[in-house]
Amino acid sequence: MNACVAGFLSRWSAVVLAAATLAAVAATSGVDATRSRITATFRQMNVPVEGGFKIFRGTIDFDPGNLKAARARIEIDTASFDLGAPEYEEELHGKEWFDTPTYPKASFVSSGVSSVGGNRFVAKGKFTLKGKTREIKVPFTVRSESGARVFEGELPVSRKAYAIGGAEWDDTLDDEVIVKFRITTAH
Amino acid sequence: MRDATRYTPVAISLHWLIALLIFAGWGLGLYMADLPLSPAKLRYYSWHKWMGVTTFILVILRVGWLATHPAPSLPRAMPPWQTRTARVTHFVLYLLMFVIPLSGWLMSSAKGVPTVYFGVLPIPDLIAKDKAIGDLLAVVHRSLAYGLAALVGLHVAAAIKHQLMDRDGVMGRMIPFLAPPRN
Repeated sequence: MNACVAGFLSRWSAVVLAAATLAAVAATSGVDATRSRITATFRQMNVPVEGGFKIFRGTIDFDPGNLKAARARIEIDTASFDLGAPEYEEELHGKEWFDTPTYPKASFVSSGVSSVGGNRFVAKGKFTLKGKTREIKVPFTVRSESGARVFEGELPVSRKAYAIGGAEWDDTLDDEVIVKFRITTAH
Repeated sequence: MRDATRYTPVAISLHWLIALLIFAGWGLGLYMADLPLSPAKLRYYSWHKWMGVTTFILVILRVGWLATHPAPSLPRAMPPWQTRTARVTHFVLYLLMFVIPLSGWLMSSAKGVPTVYFGVLPIPDLIAKDKAIGDLLAVVHRSLAYGLAALVGLHVAAAIKHQLMDRDGVMGRMIPFLAPPRN
């Protein structure tokens, strides 16, 4: 092989690589955490108490015209859960609750998105929390807001399925926790 | 009119019912606040709030009743400074019975833990969740509760003094089986 061919190949592969990178950048939108929120509402004796995860990140590829290629990947720092009650924070980081030292991250990784009419969709995927992974369905709506895309939805999540809160809580605290999200992707 | 030297049975019932709620609510409030997070703690908080809402409602009824059924007069032999002090003490007691549940209600909203009466009836949040306001209202609620405790102490001590030292029957106005005042 002479120098000319080698030069051609390396130039060519650089172009391919650049194009691939560009395509990846164009298709993948990062989550703009400053304009997004993920909350969990616990219900104790019918009293709803909402807390928010302050730190999360992720990427979403979404084109309503090409749902087959839709992908979402969200990662949440469990220690960032904020109930607005610092006196309970330490407790919530403990083994009975999120056990944040052992399981610092929760994640959702989609496996497919389907349309259910209008701007409503359902994402299927794996949700991992406290080391337990379950297949879940996440209903959501999509809209555009000043050039960004906003994904919004809520779903019930079983506390017990992920061992959040010990058995002594079962009389006081509902199993069902409502997780709400509003995720804005930067464009 | 009936025996005007005594409170009406309605006023007497409201007084003792509210007294019971104040003692129970005060004790529970003091006890629960420093407990570590547990299902029991949250239950106690709910019970405490239900007591507060009940007190609030009863106090409104009681003030309405008082407005239409004046309190029996105090013994004429009482020195004016004592009747004045009694009037002021009673006014502040009413004020605190009203303001303490109110501050607790606002604090619950600010802390993001709404009040649901008997676990059934959600009491609307008058203010939004706000940590700084919640912490401030906690101090207000606690301080007013200590103020109420001091005033209740004075109230009880005065009643006992009337019964045992003055022997003027003032306590009998509120306790049916004691002799009513002789005027």
